Amino acid sequence: MAKIPVPAVMGFYDDADDLMLVCDRAVHREKFKGVDSYSPYPIHGMEEALGLKRSWVSTVARIGLILGAFLGFILQAWTSAVDWPVNIGGKPYVSWPAFVPVAFEAGVLLAGFANLLSMFAACHLYPRLKTIVLSKRITNDRFVIVIPVKDAEEEQRAVDFLREHKTLKVKIIEGIDQEQQRVIFRAAPLAEEPAR
Amino acid sequence: MSLALDPKEDELLSSNIKMERVTEDVLAPMGRFPSWPWHIAFGIAQTLMLLLLIPVALQMVPGYGLGIFGLQNPNGWGLYIVNFVFWVGIGHAGTLISAILFLFRQNWRTSINRSAEAMTIFAVMTAGVFPLIHVGRTWVAYWLVPYPAERALWPQFRSPLLWDVFAVTTYFTISLLFWYQGLIPDWATARDRAKNKFFRMLYSVLSFGWTGSARDWNHYERAYRQFAFLATPLVLSVHSIVSFDFAVSLIPGWHTTIFPPYFVVGAIFSGFAMVVTLLTIMRVLYRMEHYITDTHLELMNKVILATSIIVAYAYGSEFFIAWYSGHEYEQYQFLSRPFGVYAIPFWIMVTCNAFIPQLFWFKKIRRSVPAMFVISIFVNIGMWFERFNIFIISLHNDFLPSNWGVYIPTIFDISVTIGSFGLFFTLFLAFTRVFPTLAIAELKATLPSPSHGSRLSHLHDGHGQDDLGHAGYIPPEAKD
Repeated sequence: MAKIPVPAVMGFYDDADDLMLVCDRAVHREKFKGVDSYSPYPIHGMEEALGLKRSWVSTVARIGLILGAFLGFILQAWTSAVDWPVNIGGKPYVSWPAFVPVAFEAGVLLAGFANLLSMFAACHLYPRLKTIVLSKRITNDRFVIVIPVKDAEEEQRAVDFLREHKTLKVKIIEGIDQEQQRVIFRAAPLAEEPAR
Repeated sequence: MSLALDPKEDELLSSNIKMERVTEDVLAPMGRFPSWPWHIAFGIAQTLMLLLLIPVALQMVPGYGLGIFGLQNPNGWGLYIVNFVFWVGIGHAGTLISAILFLFRQNWRTSINRSAEAMTIFAVMTAGVFPLIHVGRTWVAYWLVPYPAERALWPQFRSPLLWDVFAVTTYFTISLLFWYQGLIPDWATARDRAKNKFFRMLYSVLSFGWTGSARDWNHYERAYRQFAFLATPLVLSVHSIVSFDFAVSLIPGWHTTIFPPYFVVGAIFSGFAMVVTLLTIMRVLYRMEHYITDTHLELMNKVILATSIIVAYAYGSEFFIAWYSGHEYEQYQFLSRPFGVYAIPFWIMVTCNAFIPQLFWFKKIRRSVPAMFVISIFVNIGMWFERFNIFIISLHNDFLPSNWGVYIPTIFDISVTIGSFGLFFTLFLAFTRVFPTLAIAELKATLPSPSHGSRLSHLHDGHGQDDLGHAGYIPPEAKD
């Protein structure tokens, strides 16, 4: 769950390409800082539009792969050559070709856990009884841009920018009610639903 | 559902399907009391499952034990190994669809990957039952795992049977994690749609608090791709390692280098057939014709046809090598397959695997649901008998005639085999009842764009490409 910025201006769209264009302009032309977007599915190119860095998650997984394979090999070599050596037909104790499959599987296993758990860590995901959501329609069919603002002047600039780009609806995030676990909104000045 | 949702000839999904519609269609069955065809199917599956449970329970009774099964020398593995390899093989299609087709950017996978991955997990679970029964003392099956025991003994890591333990458990675990990652955004969709407080809480826990932020999607996508890269060699390794159980031994008919690819292709072949069987059932039970279209099924049938040809080639190649090697035991083995005591299973295998799928050369049959359902059942039967051929026939006559013996399954062997289908279908039908059966988020990403322009279409070229020129969208066909 990404941290919800307070205060911030929030604009709704119903099309992924529109959202990407607006995000791109907000970041690269209007120079808003910390812009985030929410969508029901991953949008290709959104990382560049928002100027996000490449995720580090897969690097952790690759380290897990190498570490797991190494540990898997060590386990086999140590048990068959050091802890209880068993002579089988005069074969070497560390008969490494026979240890490849298990070492590979151990590597993949650790990499898989490292991958998922580092994704959970990167996105701050853990089982929650209640999730604070900006809008229930984000996971359904709405595409949302969130522009954090510092003061009233910047807020007005963000609202005007979104109106200019035919947003479906503008809302201001005023705060988070920790007790009720929900977001407090305020209507943007002069909010009116533009005709479709 | 209206006819307007039917896709045109050249598209997979109709452009009239809206995102809301996907959410509603996929999640509605989770909150609804299931239809009566579902109840009938579930009842049959559970009844069949009893056929698995009764012999397993009887096996635990002192005085019966493993003796109730027809296992004896030289066939000490009997139908257990047949069923184990058969079910592990079934699982392969799910990972192929979720990982390999993902890396090849085959977007048609989005309608089928969730249920195919579920099938993988349930098939591997069903497969796992057989070694657990077969160890006899099931309650000490954990001895297979290397742990510092009080006897200070370790498992024998040079044995392919132990490689199997690692391969199958890793395969199961990774498939489960991969599947769960794909489920997270869909649980979030279910959470935000839930009207009932309890379900909102349940889905919130299951979704791990997913909100769909672009920063999270960035990590998510990277992890998803990494899983696909991990699962691809894994899926190829699993059945290769299973085949080592046999290829590493010296028994004629087993000791061949063709086994790993032969097993993997056979696994994909049988797995796709099982996916077609399940999807045709699911389509009827949940009225998913607009998502699992005839085109999706046709593409699956093409894979079945291609793998059928490879499997047929492998059969021919085995016979050729037996002749060409000049190895008389090998030659005797391959003569006894089509003409020996087990000739009937052999010819069932050849007919079902090499000949019947050739009907898919005809487009009409490829697109006909009843025809493909029947053919997919035949392929499943054929692949079960392929395992029977490889394991039972090869063991029944090895080097010394004094070792020979004919294995005849008892009623309990057959009961366990049929019961395994009951277990599998019980799990799968339960899945269709309580899980999102289509990958909602992935499906939405592949929906054809609506015919009317978007609100800002005058500003971009339909791909989010801005006049600034650096907006990042590169159409998939332009990449690599």
